[in-house]
Amino acid sequence: MSVVTVDDLALRFGERTLFEGLGFELERGELLSVLGPNGTGKTSLIRILLGLLQPSAGRVVVEGCPPRERCHRIGYVPQQRIFDRDVVLRGRDLVRFGLDGHRWGFARLDGEATAQVDAALAEVGAAAYADAPVGRLSGGEQQRLRLAQALVADPVLILADEPLLSLDLAQQRAVVDLLDARRRRAGTPVVFVTHDINPVLHTVDRVLYLAPGSWAIGTPDEVLTSDTLSRLYDTDVDVLRVRGRVVVVGTPDDQHVHHVGEEHVH
Amino acid sequence: MVGQLLAQHFVHTALWAGAVVAIVSGAIGVFVVSRGMSFAVHAISELGFTGAAGALVVGIDPVLGILGGSLLVGLVLGLLSLRGRERDSAIGAVLAFGLGVGVLFLSLYQGYATEATNLLFGSIVGVSDGQLRDLVVVGGIVLVGLAVLYRPLFFSSVDPEIAAARGVPLRALSVAIFLLLGLTTAEAIQVVGVLLVLTLVITPAAAAQRLTARPGLALVLSVAIALGSTEGGILLSLEKSWPTSFFITTLSFAAYVAARIYDWSRGRQKRLSSSPPRRLWAVR
Repeated sequence: MSVVTVDDLALRFGERTLFEGLGFELERGELLSVLGPNGTGKTSLIRILLGLLQPSAGRVVVEGCPPRERCHRIGYVPQQRIFDRDVVLRGRDLVRFGLDGHRWGFARLDGEATAQVDAALAEVGAAAYADAPVGRLSGGEQQRLRLAQALVADPVLILADEPLLSLDLAQQRAVVDLLDARRRRAGTPVVFVTHDINPVLHTVDRVLYLAPGSWAIGTPDEVLTSDTLSRLYDTDVDVLRVRGRVVVVGTPDDQHVHHVGEEHVH
Repeated sequence: MVGQLLAQHFVHTALWAGAVVAIVSGAIGVFVVSRGMSFAVHAISELGFTGAAGALVVGIDPVLGILGGSLLVGLVLGLLSLRGRERDSAIGAVLAFGLGVGVLFLSLYQGYATEATNLLFGSIVGVSDGQLRDLVVVGGIVLVGLAVLYRPLFFSSVDPEIAAARGVPLRALSVAIFLLLGLTTAEAIQVVGVLLVLTLVITPAAAAQRLTARPGLALVLSVAIALGSTEGGILLSLEKSWPTSFFITTLSFAAYVAARIYDWSRGRQKRLSSSPPRRLWAVR
């Protein structure tokens, strides 16, 4: 049985239709990458899956329950937002929020909760700076903590919205590997929004490509082709494979030429 | 002389009133600082002054005017739940208008000028038993409110996006913290006056923030600094008859400067001992 069912989903803001008729299912352990230029509704789709945004039509079910009802934990890794340098928060406090930060009252000194937090910190390799002030850590270290925060409550689904932005290649690789390890070990499906497929290309199962007004879903080999993208954009688009990397040329907005020329070590 | 004064009932009342206000201000200050609401505190207290001036004109208890003014502004700012620059300019606009109205009220008021001075700069030794009781009740409401809201308030203060994703009601919390801040401000105005509320609500929390990254400890330190400054300030003003508010602001500012120096020297030691910089991320 699938973990996530998205059925005939549409999202419109006034006159503008971001997408319609969108449907797919996510199986256990599956990694779906959501690609496409800015303004096509990638982040909105994440917000719908989180239950923060009502779609204009269609429905979303996560483990038999609409996300808005919050029956299940959904792990969320947002776009990199650097913390204030002076924020009164340690790494372990940030992770603990993922466990019970939404509950009323004070957090109790609870051995079981502490053990869960420690386990999540260890899972992402952040134990060494668990007690350091979050604001003094590097962007990559902060993003690992966010990952631990998303994982600590043992979510049924992980949503990551451009989690690699402003990370260097080694850090990008580390974050992708951690998500990959998690879904293989625990079977937690991952939805991974990115403007650049290459850092996740080696591990992604399927790609959802959101173009202005149309979309396509399938394996990278099915979707990331000149034919499919030309059809989506309704103009000639070339998809090139250069040393195992995907390079898209000729999209009308031309916003997401995939970092041609950057080193990528496999 | 101080010994004789310490035996006086009004001094006891002042010390108790100062303690209540300091505990409440120090506690809420941690959230105010983490949400970047310093300017809002200032606006709420100045409009508490407008409320008090209005109350003087119509002849009711100015404390009620303070409460009305600061709660109203707190409610408006909380409902707007603005962020960043927009909030900054909105508060500036509301603040300027409110003060203008306050000036009108003061010119209409035919009573003693000391009433107005007391509002602006505080009059802790003038606190009556009845007022102390009110301070305890209102302070208790704020502390209970903070205790109930503690986790989601803290979560949404430092990480609003994730908190929203976890179902934390951001707008309701924003209104709640502004209302609690309105109550706190109304309390603090009676001790240090409109112009110096920041010294109890902002300075101790800002100092605590420099001393620790542990949220619980920061709360305790902030309360301790506010308490020490207030009680120390009252005692010093008995020794030398300068304004109490002067001593309170001086002590809390001294704590802030000391905290910054401590933080700076700690950072410096760390930089010296850890060069070349530690790599926490292994490069593969």
